[in-house]
Amino acid sequence: MQITLTVNGAAREVDIDPRTTLLDVMRHHLDLTGSKKGCDHGQCGACTMLVNGRRINGCLSLAVMHDGDEITTIEGLGDPGNLSPLQAAFVRNDGYQCGYCTPGQIMSAKGMYDEFNKGWPSHVSDDLTAEPNFSTAEIKERMSGNLCRCSAYPGICKAIEESAEEEGLTTRKAAE
Amino acid sequence: MKSFDYVRASGIADAQDTAGRIIAGGTNLIDLMKHQIETPPKLVDVTRLEMTEIEQSAHSLRIGALVTNSDLAAHDTVRRDYPVLSRALLAGASGQLRNKATTGGNLLQRTRCPYFYDTTQPCNKRAPGSGCPAKEGINRILAVLGTSPNCIATHPSDMAVAMRALDARVEIESPNRGTEMLTLDEMYVLPGDDPSKETVLEAGDLITAVHLPQPPKGKQTYRKVRDRSSYAFALVSVAGIVDVEDGKITEAALAFGGLAPRPWRDGAVEDVLVGEAPSDALFDKAADVLLQDAQGFGENDFKIPLARRTLKAVLAELTGVTQ
Ligand SMILES: Cc1cc2nc3c(=O)[nH]c(=O)nc-3n(C[C@H](O)[C@H](O)[C@H](O)COP(=O)(O)OP(=O)(O)OC[C@H]3O[C@@H](n4cnc5c(N)ncnc54)[C@H](O)[C@@H]3O)c2cc1C
Ligand code: SF4
Ligand code: FES
Ligand code: FES
Repeated sequence: MQITLTVNGAAREVDIDPRTTLLDVMRHHLDLTGSKKGCDHGQCGACTMLVNGRRINGCLSLAVMHDGDEITTIEGLGDPGNLSPLQAAFVRNDGYQCGYCTPGQIMSAKGMYDEFNKGWPSHVSDDLTAEPNFSTAEIKERMSGNLCRCSAYPGICKAIEESAEEEGLTTRKAAE
Repeated sequence: MKSFDYVRASGIADAQDTAGRIIAGGTNLIDLMKHQIETPPKLVDVTRLEMTEIEQSAHSLRIGALVTNSDLAAHDTVRRDYPVLSRALLAGASGQLRNKATTGGNLLQRTRCPYFYDTTQPCNKRAPGSGCPAKEGINRILAVLGTSPNCIATHPSDMAVAMRALDARVEIESPNRGTEMLTLDEMYVLPGDDPSKETVLEAGDLITAVHLPQPPKGKQTYRKVRDRSSYAFALVSVAGIVDVEDGKITEAALAFGGLAPRPWRDGAVEDVLVGEAPSDALFDKAADVLLQDAQGFGENDFKIPLARRTLKAVLAELTGVTQ
């Protein structure tokens, strides 16, 4: 089937079997191998990408169902010579060891900032109706869909906290 | 994955295709298709249908079947008037999954029994008549209520447990039966002789919405006990709505997850509570009634005392009794 996706700002036409996931379209058809395949079953978050601005698992999405959608992958954020604030913060804070989960962590954090800005509550929010607090506990809960086998979590959290404002977070930060 | 024909529905009639299998968020169906547990020859993509709205009227909230779990949990009215539902949704899956998972798909997600997932093993639900190895095998996450000799699987949804406590009705457009409004107890069937049949829905039936009645009186909460504090299915969960007036419980609605093949609600448990002054002893009586027919299968025996403790903790929280 012929579909068109807007990937990192550019229209891309692909001819695919309906079984192909968004993750496999990126990796096998568009040569965008930044998004990673960890489990291929929605359990690890390595394949996280933004679809129409929202974070999702590319491995549990059939590409044919996304005809016309806008996709952002890690390649859409920055280049080695021109890192996005979050990417630079991961480097600064040792937010990884092997790096396999990193693109998913970064895309997930991008999506999460936006969810904070929209005032979405989480499982650990005491008051469902209040504006959420940008606290470490909130970040950990909201990032629980991204596993890191190297357990670089402290650096991941630090990078997410440090670059929040530069990445456009408008939510109030937790009182120190 | 087996190959399939892909059709994008542009109206309800397209979706009511008795030869097709509906796909919405795909977070459960694609997973099962990758394992070849589900092998539909034809997928009908309903995601472009107009079922994405939450509509409020004087007496109810109508949640379109395509409303995502994220949007439902974050909806202002749900957060304010139906917090048990927000809490249940937020306790399920991950941020990424909730962004795709839909209201209709969540209701119809299938069990997480390890034998159901392992196609090299027998399983009456996946391969009718082949047997149920879970009863004498790995059953830590499986059911203690509502089981049959043929299957002891649990329904994994958190959302459905809250909806059961809220007396939700599921709106179904059936090509044969027309429009129906079913309670969750009417929609889900217990395993009985044929655990492969989980609901009364037939091929071509489309869930179009879920209706919640007026917000109930009293306090609401959802408590989920699981193996890790996030991103794990429930071992036991309790959705509780309790109203206390003049020192007596006037209304109680309690539904349980992780215990049974469907979100479990037992009116007799609520009858024990209503009209009485809340106390630790009363909560124990309610737990006695809930668990009188509970049967463990070895690894999951712990769920019986865990369900008691979780129910009592929820009742204490909702009534202000200190345990
Ligand atoms: C790693 C992981 C962890 C998870 N953890 C949790 C958890 O803790 N708690 C929890 O509750 N859930 C959890 N889930 C499950 C998740 O909530 C479900 O996968 C999701 O809700 C299914 O919704 P969907 O729209 O993606 O359904 P789909 O996969 O699209 O469909 C599921 C089923 O519903 C049918 N269907 C869908 N829409 C309709 C409709 N409108 N009418 C008729 N039939 C329809 C499909 O035919 C299919 O049989 C988890 C999932 C994963 C992968
Ligand atoms: S409990 Fe049900 S799903 Fe699990 S093996 Fe037995 S029949 Fe299959
Ligand atoms: S590869 Fe998609 S969640 Fe693991
Ligand atoms: S850095 Fe190795 S998995 Fe996260």
